[in-house]
Amino acid sequence: MATNEVAMKSKTKDSVIFKTVIYIVCTILAILSIAPFWVMLMNATRSTENIMAHAVSLIPGKNLGKNIKKLSTLKTFNAAVGMKNSAIISVSVTCLSVYFSCLTAYAIHAYDWKLKKAFFGLVIGIMTLPGTVTMIGFYRICYQLHLVNNRLMLILPAIAAPMTVFFMKQYLEGALSMEIVESARIDGAGEFRTFNTIVLPIMKPAMATQAIFSFVGSWNNYFLPMILLNKPSSYTMPIMVSLLNGDIYKTEFGCVYLGLSMTALPLIIIYLLLSKYIVSGVALGSVKG
Amino acid sequence: MKRKKLVNYSKFGYLFAIPFILAFTVFTLYPVCYTLLIGFTNHEGAIPPKLKFLKDPLENFKYLFKKRRSGQMSYFLLALITTARIWVINFIPQLSLALLLSAWFTDNRVKVKGQGFYKVVFYLPNIITAATIAILFRALFSYPIGPVNDILKTLHLVKEPFFFLNKKTPTRAIVEFVQCWQWYGSTMITLIAAVIGINPEIFEAAEIDGASRTQKFWKITIPSVRPIMLFTLVTSLIGGLSMFDIPMLLAQGGPDNATQTVAIFIYNESFRQPYKYNRSAAASIVLCIIIIGCSAALFYIMRDKDAAKLAKLKKQEMKRLKGRGV
Repeated sequence: MATNEVAMKSKTKDSVIFKTVIYIVCTILAILSIAPFWVMLMNATRSTENIMAHAVSLIPGKNLGKNIKKLSTLKTFNAAVGMKNSAIISVSVTCLSVYFSCLTAYAIHAYDWKLKKAFFGLVIGIMTLPGTVTMIGFYRICYQLHLVNNRLMLILPAIAAPMTVFFMKQYLEGALSMEIVESARIDGAGEFRTFNTIVLPIMKPAMATQAIFSFVGSWNNYFLPMILLNKPSSYTMPIMVSLLNGDIYKTEFGCVYLGLSMTALPLIIIYLLLSKYIVSGVALGSVKG
Repeated sequence: MKRKKLVNYSKFGYLFAIPFILAFTVFTLYPVCYTLLIGFTNHEGAIPPKLKFLKDPLENFKYLFKKRRSGQMSYFLLALITTARIWVINFIPQLSLALLLSAWFTDNRVKVKGQGFYKVVFYLPNIITAATIAILFRALFSYPIGPVNDILKTLHLVKEPFFFLNKKTPTRAIVEFVQCWQWYGSTMITLIAAVIGINPEIFEAAEIDGASRTQKFWKITIPSVRPIMLFTLVTSLIGGLSMFDIPMLLAQGGPDNATQTVAIFIYNESFRQPYKYNRSAAASIVLCIIIIGCSAALFYIMRDKDAAKLAKLKKQEMKRLKGRGV
């Protein structure tokens, strides 16, 4: 009896220690995740002199207005232009990749055609090819056809998004019963209409998840736009950010942090609003893949 | 009548796949073939000459591996090793941390509170533009005045500010840290989903048999999530081998090539004087072969479970077809 009690006590003691360790580690990691962005946001509101005296501050300064003014006079970094270009490209990419991925996934799921298997194998195969590998050929072709600086070259490739197709196909398998499609056929609906009016609404949850990821992926893409766009008026947000590395910002600490904040803040806000869907989307995508 | 209809419908399969096939051919397949082609040619310089195969078609490839005049390893090989090194050093802690956290968060006896909050916060760095993160860390580690130096000085850990981005190992360590920091949250969420997918009866049975927490972790959790771990490994490897944004914007591949990854090498060869598109293409091809080889090797390790899955799917398909009466 007595030993039993001791064992019980030590067990609860163990579990308290265990729990404490968990919370300490998680809190440290959480601070590590937030601190860089916090420092960035705070320093965006401080003057260069303040930052030179003490580069870390937990509370905001009073220099936000001056920093904004200065950043707009330095000219190379133009957040408005970057946002506009990024928005045009990302929204188009998202719409194209989500719609056509649904269409392609439906073609694979709903119909029996001869080359289907080979085609799906191809889809899985090219998922593994990173953009770096095709970059040189892509750039040289664009260059020779005078398509450098053409936004369409960044938008149209989204029609073939193998990752999204793969996800959509997995989703269709669980969500769509062919009986619904067949009954629509009996009612005399055309195949394309059936897809648009019956299949697409069923796929809404999967479309929402994939839309978030295509949008964020496209918004954050630096490599391809940097290679393809060389006119400042067509720069996207990540290219604008990379300009903050330039010499004129060497002594303007406040401006650099402000520029960084301008690019990160919209994403942080969107993320906090949609975090539930994003986190469950990450889980879903991996388990199904 | 029925048969005729079936034939008719198959046409739509092709029709609906056409946009994908077209876009894929124009924007991926053709560029890949073109890259493959120029890897064997004289395509170089600001205004490249007429495309011609080299006398020794493998010349560009040989150059990639040829020692430098000083007798040191070629820049390409160095970049390959650097990339592999950065990836390995970022991936081991990343996976360990993710595994540990996923075991903690799914432990039904401890029940960690605020899990939702932790998940959201741990994943946060992944959603922010890598370019922004790179420049932010460049600012954080700047010299002589920067937040990190400020903290170190306040804590009296250093007397003089430390120039992180001027030294090889610290710069590489920062790149490795950023990669790990950006991705462990994503890996953790993936693994949590995998652990939740394990049949809870297995854990209950083990608990009844008196298995400890550590035993459960090593004997049940790890073997069960192995396929997902391999999936994470493959995707991380592909991403890691084509790493560009962070090392490029943090340190331009420097100092002294310490963070020059293969992707940066490829970029520098074709977009800096003397514009060696052919060498850059050759490097892309080698990288592509390495990626295909690595993923093939990893899928080969996974093959047993996949084969079983495929067989099961086939059976289901057969049943479905039989049910339809085809």
